[in-house]
Amino acid sequence: MVANNIPDADSKMVTLKIDRRTVEVKQGTTILEAAKSIGLRIPTLCYLKGINEIGACRVCVVEMKGSAKLVTACNTVVQEGMEILTSSPRVRHARRVTVELMLTEHNCNCPTCSRNGDCRLQTLANSLGVRNVRLGNVLSGQRKEESSPSIVRDPQKCILCYRCVSVCDKVQSLGIWRIGGTGARTSVEPPFGRSLAQTDCAYCGQCITHCPVGALTEKSDRDRVWDAISDPETVTIVQVAPAVRAAWGEALGMPRETATLKRLVATLRHLGFDYVLDTCFAADLTIMEEGTELLQRLSGEKVKGDPRFPMFTSCCPGWIRFLKGQYPELVGNLSSAKSPQQMFGAIAKTYYAQVMGIPQDKICVVSIMPCTAKKYEASLDTMRSAGYGQDVDIVITTRELCAMIREEGVLPERLEEEEFDSVLGDSTGAAVIFGATGGVMEAALRSAYYLVTGKNADPDAFKAVRGPEGWKEASFELPGRTLKCAVVNGLGNARRLIEALKEGTCQYDFVEVMACPGGCAGGGGQPICQDDKDLSPARAQNLYALDASAPLRFSHENPSIKTLYQDFLGRPGSETAHHLLHTDQKEWKMNAGAAKAGETKRASALAVWAL
Amino acid sequence: MSRLTVYTPDDAELVVGRMVREMERRLAVAPPGICPVDMASVFLRLCHAQTCGKCVPCRVGLGRVGDLFDEILSGKGNAETLKLLQEVAETVKDTADCVIGSDAAAMVLKSLEQFRNDYVCHIEEGRCVGRFAAPVPCRSACPAGVDVPGYIALVRDGRPQDAVRLIRQDNPFVLACALVCEHPCESHCRRSMLDDAVNIRGLKRYAVEAAGDVAHDEPAPSTGKTVAIVGGGPSGLTAAYYLALAGHQVTIFEKQPDLGGMLRYGIPEYRLPKDALDREIGGMLSLGIKVRTNFNVGTDCTLESLRKTFDAVYIAIGAHGDKKLGIPGEDAKGVVPAVEMLRDVALGKNPHLKGKKVVVVGGGNVAMDAARTAIRLGAAKVTVAYRRRTEDMTAQELEIEGALNEGVDILQLLSPLRIETDEDGKVKTLWCQRMTVGNLDDSGRPRPVASGAPDVPLDCDIVVVAIGQDIQSESFRKEGIPTSRNALVAANDLSIADMPGVFAGGDCVSGPATVIRAVAAGKVAAANIDQYLGGNMVWASGVAVPPAVPTDATPIGRVNLRERPASERVRDWDQVELGMDWREALHEASRCLRCDHHGSGAFEGGRLARW
Repeated sequence: MVANNIPDADSKMVTLKIDRRTVEVKQGTTILEAAKSIGLRIPTLCYLKGINEIGACRVCVVEMKGSAKLVTACNTVVQEGMEILTSSPRVRHARRVTVELMLTEHNCNCPTCSRNGDCRLQTLANSLGVRNVRLGNVLSGQRKEESSPSIVRDPQKCILCYRCVSVCDKVQSLGIWRIGGTGARTSVEPPFGRSLAQTDCAYCGQCITHCPVGALTEKSDRDRVWDAISDPETVTIVQVAPAVRAAWGEALGMPRETATLKRLVATLRHLGFDYVLDTCFAADLTIMEEGTELLQRLSGEKVKGDPRFPMFTSCCPGWIRFLKGQYPELVGNLSSAKSPQQMFGAIAKTYYAQVMGIPQDKICVVSIMPCTAKKYEASLDTMRSAGYGQDVDIVITTRELCAMIREEGVLPERLEEEEFDSVLGDSTGAAVIFGATGGVMEAALRSAYYLVTGKNADPDAFKAVRGPEGWKEASFELPGRTLKCAVVNGLGNARRLIEALKEGTCQYDFVEVMACPGGCAGGGGQPICQDDKDLSPARAQNLYALDASAPLRFSHENPSIKTLYQDFLGRPGSETAHHLLHTDQKEWKMNAGAAKAGETKRASALAVWAL
Repeated sequence: MSRLTVYTPDDAELVVGRMVREMERRLAVAPPGICPVDMASVFLRLCHAQTCGKCVPCRVGLGRVGDLFDEILSGKGNAETLKLLQEVAETVKDTADCVIGSDAAAMVLKSLEQFRNDYVCHIEEGRCVGRFAAPVPCRSACPAGVDVPGYIALVRDGRPQDAVRLIRQDNPFVLACALVCEHPCESHCRRSMLDDAVNIRGLKRYAVEAAGDVAHDEPAPSTGKTVAIVGGGPSGLTAAYYLALAGHQVTIFEKQPDLGGMLRYGIPEYRLPKDALDREIGGMLSLGIKVRTNFNVGTDCTLESLRKTFDAVYIAIGAHGDKKLGIPGEDAKGVVPAVEMLRDVALGKNPHLKGKKVVVVGGGNVAMDAARTAIRLGAAKVTVAYRRRTEDMTAQELEIEGALNEGVDILQLLSPLRIETDEDGKVKTLWCQRMTVGNLDDSGRPRPVASGAPDVPLDCDIVVVAIGQDIQSESFRKEGIPTSRNALVAANDLSIADMPGVFAGGDCVSGPATVIRAVAAGKVAAANIDQYLGGNMVWASGVAVPPAVPTDATPIGRVNLRERPASERVRDWDQVELGMDWREALHEASRCLRCDHHGSGAFEGGRLARW
């Protein structure tokens, strides 16, 4: 899928003039990038660097000397001697009219839109000075897509920038969003007239975080949370995923130093949750279970799945959906451990309820997740081990939480910091880094080393798996054997890795996969950055800093985990543990009738060559 | 005031006239996949604009039908809308005074009948059934999917060798197709909307002539797998070429003394010189393809034995048999099938036509080839008798024109009745029935029907029958390959049912078609055979296509290839057509609109790097 019209890398320099200034850039540079290099910001809308450079919105048009037409800056490559005007009466006028045209097919009921205030179209129209839409407003007659528990698409807000199409295809390699319809009724939709729920969509939500407007959003569960909080009978237990703490302040305009974890705890308590607890507790628990499983597999005991392939982590529901849809034959290689979210729910409605004396049928477990696929995961039939409905009742994204905080009117920066409630609020640094790509791997290795040797390694001994690269690998020496590990983030990278495993060009014992680029820090439920910056590395930094300063940095040292095993579960992998904390990954099936996106792609490519 | 004035069209009429011509051009290159309901709707509006305004049904009715279309297309229609549409259209058809109204309504009714599903889908699901499917028109129109804008950009950049490499990625018959391809790409060229299609085949010829010898890629390391190709025509050779590149050991079995199939034994020297063909095939064979000529699978060995010896078999035997007229006297001396005559000439066994009177029966490319060959063999008079009109011939316009210029008479609307012989049993007269034009058939051409006029005698010594080709599939049918009207029956992936490892394609499956379709089948076969053999070959040229240079699309003429004077060329077998020079090639290449960069071709950067 790599375009091969990328000019040679060893290219020469090209000199051109932009707004009467002489610029020298590498051959193959676009006008947009050349302008950026001298501090000129040409407005864009559909453009996503390296992913969507298709010139669809025409907002980035500039004047080129000698050309009768305006040209797009985003995908026109500079030529020697070019003279460009990035802002001229003609350019300004063209941009205004173009945006005006977009507004004629956009539901401009902005006050009711979840993206009001961080909508790129809104910002653009405003900054370009579009003050009047003279051409009426004709909205699409296409139905709203709300078949999935995670993602909603509103065709009346879609501006057909095709970012979602490109992200899903090029980054996530799934191609769920396609260009459908024809002519003036061209639209974005799943292939073959399917509903989203009938496809192999991973529900990762990357299409949402890359949508410039409110066309793609998570399915909102905010009102269900308010209802639970306000019901006096219901005991609300909220858990906060690791990556949420690193990002929640962004959407509220708080600097990272102010948007601390403890202030988040205080805010949640202010919102009215009865118990404010930490998914990190369950992350430590996951390490105990998954680490034990890994060691069993390494010792040749209970090897599940195809023995030629590694054990895959199972924390990420987007990844699990991807594997089930695209490589069902490898599902047996997934760890049977539930994700931390689900372990938390199962323990909250059993052990925690007992310890705290809460009637189990009154509990409502709410998760705050950086993720849209978690909504789906929580709704699965296999996720009701405690016997009181779904183990996790409601899942909201970081974005929904921020919206609730704004609705409540509380200013978190003015709240005193507070601690999590006890037991299921205790965690270690190893659990916090679950939110960054490589974190699960690193946390597992810290404990696996201890379980094998009886001694702790240096907590930073495994930091080779950190960093935002899409596919990292590292080998670690455990007594008696070398452990070969890989970490991938982004489903396109996951596909590359699996294909390489199948071809036999690589071989690993243990592989961590996160569906979203950057891991949960870059999750599809995280706050959306208006200028398309990837904030996941900065969020990961935040998590690693929390880990570095944590008093405990090994999951097996979490005292509450120790007590949990002593008093309730027995040992990792015990029968109770299996009942509550593990799942048969094969038990639930992907939507029947869904085609493999990869296959259909191949088929359509081949169909071009009619016999 | 004068009683009469001379009519002169006013400006508006001139403009409309020009607009109509532009509309015709534009419609001719309408990309595939347009929603038929949408097209019917705009067509109806056009019809409505033509109404003279006198009668109610046409003036008012067509307008209301248009409104109903809008309702349906905007997703606001229901079953009642559809019923009403039908009712109003029926009334307009029944009551309109002239065809302006009745034909427009008939078109609507026909559309309701022919693509009702599309209407229903708009009503029930608010969307089009299909999706727009031609991002890069020329490339999608090419059966082999050759990267047309890519190689044109390379020609323009002065890189003909790279152009040849890029073409070879999808089609190894660069030279043969440069000379004889039917170029379906050109009939879809978006440039036609502006002035005229780019001369794509001419540019290919320029590239291959300017490039000289271009080394072939090295084959992949040997896989140890063996493939038998039955038939060394364009399809078999294409499959052999790509399979050899993938590292398989390929052996071609060819019935004739030389490879090339119809390229050698069907297409005359003056269109495709044999030494050029030899060079092209020689280059392909240099990959290590083994060849057994004068070997007829079916008599010299069985398919079964090939299956035992080889891991896979591709049957591409073409369509080298002839079709009979089925008229009395057909077995007379002097009646020859065109395929046989052309084959004999290629084998160096020139039939003695000097001074003879020849009648060729048929209207396809083979008929033209036979007629023009007969001229070169010194026939005194060559006549083509065709049962329809000249404009209904399936031969390419250029071929018909060439034949006419070289002195061939074309007699239209004559259908052979019987052949009268002299006392030696030799052809004396071909009696033909005089036909006239009847109603249009499904192909849109008028059916020939007997006119009732007296029969027409055509005195001649030779009758060449060129009314179609047959597939000599008998031995394969006996060995269990399903056939339908002598064509082998293969699935879309060209596999044969219940015969693992056996594939078939090209003319023997599709019926007589074109070189480029044979090549396309060879490609499909190569990909699927490689996959069947456990391979995962990526055929990619690795050639980087230069980025699109912004150009203003100003209407400008198209460079056509010149031909040698007819009076000169009938005396020899040299090529009729002359190639472009650099200046012409640059002119033509600069006309390319780079649909791989502009429009929806921009997705994927205009091209997939693999197939």
